[in-house]
Amino acid sequence: MSSLSTKHLLGIKDITSSDIELIFKTADNFKQVINRPIKKVPTLRDVTIANVFFENSTRTKISFELAEKRLSAEVVNFSSSSSSVKKGETLIDTVNNILAMKVDMVVMRHPAPGAHKFLAKHINANIVNAGDGTHEHPTQALLDAYSLREHFGSLKGKNIVIVGDILHSRVALSNIYCLQKLGANVRVCGPPTLLPKHVDTLQVEVSYNLKESLEWCDAANMLRIQLERQEDKYFPSLREYSQQYGITLDILNGLSKEIVLMHPGPINRGVEIDSDVADSNQSIILNQVENGVAIRMAVLYLLAGQKTD
Amino acid sequence: MKRVILEFEHADLILTRLCHQLVEQHQDFSNSALIALQPRGTILGVAIKEKLKELFKIDATLGALDTTFHRDDFRRTDRTLIPNSMEMNFEIEGKKLVLIDDVLYTGRSIRAALDTINDFGRPASIELMTLINRKYRREVPIQPDYVGGHIDSRTDDYVKVEWEGNNCKVWIIKDTDK
Repeated sequence: MSSLSTKHLLGIKDITSSDIELIFKTADNFKQVINRPIKKVPTLRDVTIANVFFENSTRTKISFELAEKRLSAEVVNFSSSSSSVKKGETLIDTVNNILAMKVDMVVMRHPAPGAHKFLAKHINANIVNAGDGTHEHPTQALLDAYSLREHFGSLKGKNIVIVGDILHSRVALSNIYCLQKLGANVRVCGPPTLLPKHVDTLQVEVSYNLKESLEWCDAANMLRIQLERQEDKYFPSLREYSQQYGITLDILNGLSKEIVLMHPGPINRGVEIDSDVADSNQSIILNQVENGVAIRMAVLYLLAGQKTD
Repeated sequence: MKRVILEFEHADLILTRLCHQLVEQHQDFSNSALIALQPRGTILGVAIKEKLKELFKIDATLGALDTTFHRDDFRRTDRTLIPNSMEMNFEIEGKKLVLIDDVLYTGRSIRAALDTINDFGRPASIELMTLINRKYRREVPIQPDYVGGHIDSRTDDYVKVEWEGNNCKVWIIKDTDK
């Protein structure tokens, strides 16, 4: 376990459980670093990283940028709304142009699933997937699992339920792969219209009953209802969704044990999770955000640390 | 070829001498702290801390410093540099620090350690203790203040410090036997 088995972080599906453990162990060190008076180390000072975002992002982008800056990397930001992509440039041309300016790593978010794999085949830089369509969001899954590991010590044998829009969620897919690789039992719970057709191939339990799933689990990851991906109506109304699948303080207090609550953000308060639940002691939502920076520092460090030719 | 250059009994005498030298400079350690370098300096750090307790009833503060993120060979070695744990749970501001490592050779680890310490604050002073000072191959201008023993070795030799509890044995190993 002395280096990653991959040059890129394209998805959790492609990495091994020892890769995940190595990332966690390295993130422990970076968590110490970001809690010190001087929150910065000079390690990546000769590395240039391009953050290429073809989709909107607030926290992932800030989290990556902060991680990069705390590693002393040179950072360039690029977003599709203000670029030549609008003028019809292809993905490979855009990225090759950025690489011609001697960029070593590309952190990319793209609406097309698999865009990162395509890029990794054609260009000579480390690629980090910051979300590709409805496919994977590996760093989010890593920080979710890391936050749970911090809470439980180990994920082996723990019951984790992912609630909500599984169909459109890259967070859900990456989380399922990641939690399974770490030995947890995973269940998905949501309205039938928001579960993918191929859900039986993922080796997860499926439930349509929130209360029963919460009784079963040690931790629940409440996904955001992605209003921007709901051109078709998947449920009658937000109000009905929140009545069936939203967590309220009454539901939480009615459970026979204390469970841990997570949310990848941004929260639709009052839809998938009530305000007083999101802010309760059982929620580790803000720990997730803090751990996000440490996890991203670890990923960038380990990928950049492989010898360059 | 392996050659023992320091046996257990001799090493114990050396640890005792080093502790006397430390107390001469730092008295009761009320404003001083030992900082051992990860990974191999920490065993020497613990041995020195226990010897100070045994000889002088001094309970010296001991930290473990990991210098990985400040090393100058990142992306230049064949393997990825994996960090070790860091235990620096005390204030270093204004303290007299003694860095501890087992073998001093090129001096680059100590340079990285000096940079890492800066991240924690501004100590009053920093000294360096090493069990073995390998001469002739310093790559940066760094010299130790407390030395267990000086050895002359060829650049292709490998010096290994082997610990059994708080006692150590030092070997010189020819490169081919590593």
